[in-house]
Amino acid sequence: MKKLLVIFIAGLLFGAGLAVSGMTDPARVIGFLDLFGNWDATLAFVMGGALIVFGLGVYLLRKKGVCLFGNAVPKGESDPICRNLIVGAILFGIGWGIGGFCPGPAIANLAAWQTEALIFVPMMAVGMFLAQRIFGVDR
Amino acid sequence: MTIAEIPSSYINGLIGGSLIGLGSLLGLLASGKIPGISGIFGRLLRPTSGDSLWRVVYLLGLISGGAICFYSVESAATFRIPEGRNSLLVFAIAGLFVGFGTRLGGGCTSGHGVCGMGLGSRDSIVATLTFMAAGFVTVAVWNAFT
Repeated sequence: MKKLLVIFIAGLLFGAGLAVSGMTDPARVIGFLDLFGNWDATLAFVMGGALIVFGLGVYLLRKKGVCLFGNAVPKGESDPICRNLIVGAILFGIGWGIGGFCPGPAIANLAAWQTEALIFVPMMAVGMFLAQRIFGVDR
Repeated sequence: MTIAEIPSSYINGLIGGSLIGLGSLLGLLASGKIPGISGIFGRLLRPTSGDSLWRVVYLLGLISGGAICFYSVESAATFRIPEGRNSLLVFAIAGLFVGFGTRLGGGCTSGHGVCGMGLGSRDSIVATLTFMAAGFVTVAVWNAFT
């Protein structure tokens, strides 16, 4: 129960961060991907802020060997760099560039009942289902 | 550039990004798993027993956090459909690509971009550079043909 409460708060922070950072606005995301046009650097600041906090947190927690609910901090071992990783990332990037949505912001936009998100998220689920059906859940 | 000249979107980006990092960190600590959104969502479509509840709770938190900010922070509520994409078909196709690609590639902006890179995983760095490059090219091509 306590674990689920912490998980809920974690999700709450994540969702708030997406909204505050402007990443739930597809036009701003496309502005970042429009590298050769009217470039908007906001997404770089979002990723930078997230990486600093997350990376520093992981570093400190690993050093102290802290864990929560019996979980140690994952090591972050790299999977082999295979064709599925590259092809998947390319397909994701294409979809990202088409709609300006990645999974988190699209799901957060369900809260605002945005029509685009209401279409995007079920179709994303279909795509995920197919990929997992064909390639397995862990590739 | 003085501080007053820095676009407010960059400041909001840093603040929001920090919250994203904090949420991911807490999610990782509490679940013991990499809390990437595509993995959390995708694995709900093929549930294994005892592993679904925390995923649902995390996503409910995400939606609630978004809702609170949409209704209380003016700048957070901005939602603009990008130029030339005013069609639900566009978002349907984009959704298919994003869903299939993230599960085939094993992560999205949060799983690879924040968590994986933050943990120093080489595959996540490669994946992030790849999907960003694909996004740059896609938008450039889109702009060239519309």
